[in-house]
Amino acid sequence: MDSTIAAILVQDGIVNGAIYALLALSLVLVFAVTRVVFVPQGDFVAFGGLTYAALEAGTLPGSLWLLGGLGVAAFLFGLHQRRAIIGMVLTCLALPAAIIAVTWLAVPLKPGALANTLLTLAIVTPIAPYIYRIGFQPLAEASVLVLLIAAVAVHLALMGLGLVFFGPEGSRAAAFSDVSISVGDFTLAGQALWILGLTGALMVALYGFFGFTLLGKALRATAVNRLGARLVGIGTAQSGSLAFVLAGAIGTLSGILIVPLTTVYYDSGFVIGLKAFTAAIIAAMASFPGAVLAALLVGVLESFSSFWASAFKEVIVFTAIIPVLLWRSLRHAAVEDDDE
Amino acid sequence: MMRFWPVLALLACAVLPWTPGLPVFWVSLLNYIGISSILVVGLVVLTGIGGMTSFAQASFMGFGAYASAILSTRYGVSPWLGLPAAILVSALGAAAIGAVTLRLRGHYLALGTMAVSVSLYYLVANLDFFGRNDGLSTIPPLQIGSYRLTDGRVFLTLVWAMLVAVVVATNNLLDSRLGRAIRALRGGALAASSFGVNTTQVRMLAFVHAAILAAIAGWLYAHLQRSVNPTPFGLFASIEYMLMAVFGGAGYVGGAILGALLVTAINDLLQDWLPKLLGQRGNYETIVFGVILLAVLQVAPEGLWPHIFRGRVRRRVIVDAPPLDRRPHVTSDAPILAVEHLAKRFGGLVAVNDLSFTVAKGEIVGLIGPNGAGKSTSFNLITGVAAPSAGAVALFGQPITGLSPRAIAGHGVARSFQHVKLVPGMSVIENVAIGAHLRGQAGALVAICRQDRGEEARIFAEAAHQLARVGLAGLADRPADSLALGQQRVVEIARALCLDPVLLLLDEPAAGLRHAEKAELAALLRRLRGENVAILLVEHDMEFVMGLVDRLVVMDFGTKLAEGPAEQVRRDPAVIEAYLGVA
Repeated sequence: MDSTIAAILVQDGIVNGAIYALLALSLVLVFAVTRVVFVPQGDFVAFGGLTYAALEAGTLPGSLWLLGGLGVAAFLFGLHQRRAIIGMVLTCLALPAAIIAVTWLAVPLKPGALANTLLTLAIVTPIAPYIYRIGFQPLAEASVLVLLIAAVAVHLALMGLGLVFFGPEGSRAAAFSDVSISVGDFTLAGQALWILGLTGALMVALYGFFGFTLLGKALRATAVNRLGARLVGIGTAQSGSLAFVLAGAIGTLSGILIVPLTTVYYDSGFVIGLKAFTAAIIAAMASFPGAVLAALLVGVLESFSSFWASAFKEVIVFTAIIPVLLWRSLRHAAVEDDDE
Repeated sequence: MMRFWPVLALLACAVLPWTPGLPVFWVSLLNYIGISSILVVGLVVLTGIGGMTSFAQASFMGFGAYASAILSTRYGVSPWLGLPAAILVSALGAAAIGAVTLRLRGHYLALGTMAVSVSLYYLVANLDFFGRNDGLSTIPPLQIGSYRLTDGRVFLTLVWAMLVAVVVATNNLLDSRLGRAIRALRGGALAASSFGVNTTQVRMLAFVHAAILAAIAGWLYAHLQRSVNPTPFGLFASIEYMLMAVFGGAGYVGGAILGALLVTAINDLLQDWLPKLLGQRGNYETIVFGVILLAVLQVAPEGLWPHIFRGRVRRRVIVDAPPLDRRPHVTSDAPILAVEHLAKRFGGLVAVNDLSFTVAKGEIVGLIGPNGAGKSTSFNLITGVAAPSAGAVALFGQPITGLSPRAIAGHGVARSFQHVKLVPGMSVIENVAIGAHLRGQAGALVAICRQDRGEEARIFAEAAHQLARVGLAGLADRPADSLALGQQRVVEIARALCLDPVLLLLDEPAAGLRHAEKAELAALLRRLRGENVAILLVEHDMEFVMGLVDRLVVMDFGTKLAEGPAEQVRRDPAVIEAYLGVA
């Protein structure tokens, strides 16, 4: 291996790692606020990528019907739980209807990358809070393990729905720009720049959100102590919903960012999500900067192992979790109690 | 009648496959249901009863299937010898994965097994040794003499007979000293280890047990199917087995079979009907399964089994048995408990500061103080739940500082908890029997072979005796969580007494008790004092404390404020100031 190949591998690794980092942040966030190990995170990546590709191709994405259907389901669930009707009509019925209408009008015009990105975010993101309302809120007091099994169930259903709505064919989209920067032999592709720039900006935005806004602080308070947060007037259900909105948006954006780089299939998300989990686990599901660092590491490990032993790249990446768990296990000599 | 069910079930296994008119298709379906049931029984013990979630059970099944397949196709080893090989390989794999995950919180095991499962899938699918994606075919069938077990009906007898054996073995294991320890994990690892349960070892036992059952299932699968490939051992298969356990009733061995039956049957129907209704495009059964799993978790988190078979209260018959061995009498003049300059700092917060006191044999000492004074932290330091920042704890003059709660329990220190930690769903007397965990030795194999009955009889005679002693003999067979909170506290005391303690640490034992019950409790504690047990209790009920204790230790802000006989402490100006403030 010469230095050019190494540089390319590092670049690839960091670009993928940046995506894993975004997803790992989202996983840590959702886990902290709701105790849900959000296995379906990867499905949002797939849905985001496939929706963007469909819009770019000028076709109506299948996720529109998923959005509408889940909106109606969330509405019915809310009726059953006797929530305020007006708010629900707005968030579960009017919102998806408006998004579907706008998309239907906009798609034939092929409105360009920025508009497609915004549309994709609008279509896929609300699916996450609907899922929270249907799947997880009724289980809010259940144990972490029950929530985890529920998350696996949601993933199973979403993946099946992904196949129905997007079909078994994969999709790919054009890069945001063809610009590239060359330094000597080394070329930095435009899409890589986009990914690094956007993920960086998003991380700064998240930092600002959690550090300086009341809503962000409410989420952090919920993460630290749900009962305490409720006692000072923070709606923990709303916090959970908000965490899912963020997770949905982050997953969708990640999908939009990678679909120009690689063909995305309806089931591509899971393995991507699992890599983000590897990073989140390395960071003990708790530390945000740790998760980012670990994710970059996972990305680089992946790109080097795909160069040396391409057939075994998943094996190498997922086996890397073992020494980490071993190390954590040795550090925690005492028995950990599962009481929450 | 119920005692002989395995015999009847075995007879049924031999006869029913030959029912005239039983379609071949059903024979094959029942074979797969039986094989899945064997695996899911292990998952029930692991997840529903032990509270651990594994998404690698199909991988363990794969270990078993591939081990036997490779040995019998490449090396000509008899398929029968493939079974012990399958069990060995799978158990070793589980031990390795368990070693790195079982000490950590539950979701690490779940995510760790998920990653391992994906990793193993790609490994097997890419290595020539395992035949890559195509797997291995032409696996020889099982053979008895020259008779080859290729008839599905004969195989059905084998599969379901194995299932009966697995269910009997698992029930035997669960109804034993180690089985109670597995069930105790759900009452909290802390409570279990405070009575000497090695929680890591017990978790490992449940994990390896589940892996062995999966390996048996895999071995049967390999020689029924006569070919193996990576797909049926992937992550999705593991998720499907989890669905079976949750659907049928993850807390019940019977639920495993019910779940396997229903999920396999539903799966088959869906694969037949959904494409006809909705077209070929989708993989609709995954959607339906996802939705069913979610709905079951929300609507019937216990699964279907307890809704169909109402739990009968099982009366445990207590037989006369020689009493358990008592702890050797220590003839030391040193105080039973000596706490010296104990300190605990959490960052900048000093929870306990330079605390020293002793408890002699036959003495009741009360540890009192306002909320946040550091009483519970002191309890945790003495019992090894937390490590002190400085200072020492000694038992009969022997240092026990820094030992684990399990080791400290082994020295005869028993405790109750401020927040009651009994195993919900388990009967009162079984909860109490956990206290005698360290007074028995029976291991897993002894339990499975039912050779532990003598010891079990002695343990339950002891538990019944202690329960009678605290006045709750009439409630022995009730589920522990159906008792009033005050009674649950008393059950905790009976459990502590089963340890044959030299030192009893009671955290607010009188909270929630009625007046007469308090008087009985005080009388019991006095009797124990008469038997030379040392008692240290934290209590807020001053009337209860004042009439009972020999001495009081008063704490405030982590430091000892006063110490001495109750009457003297009561008049101490510093104590009055801490409790009432200064006028």
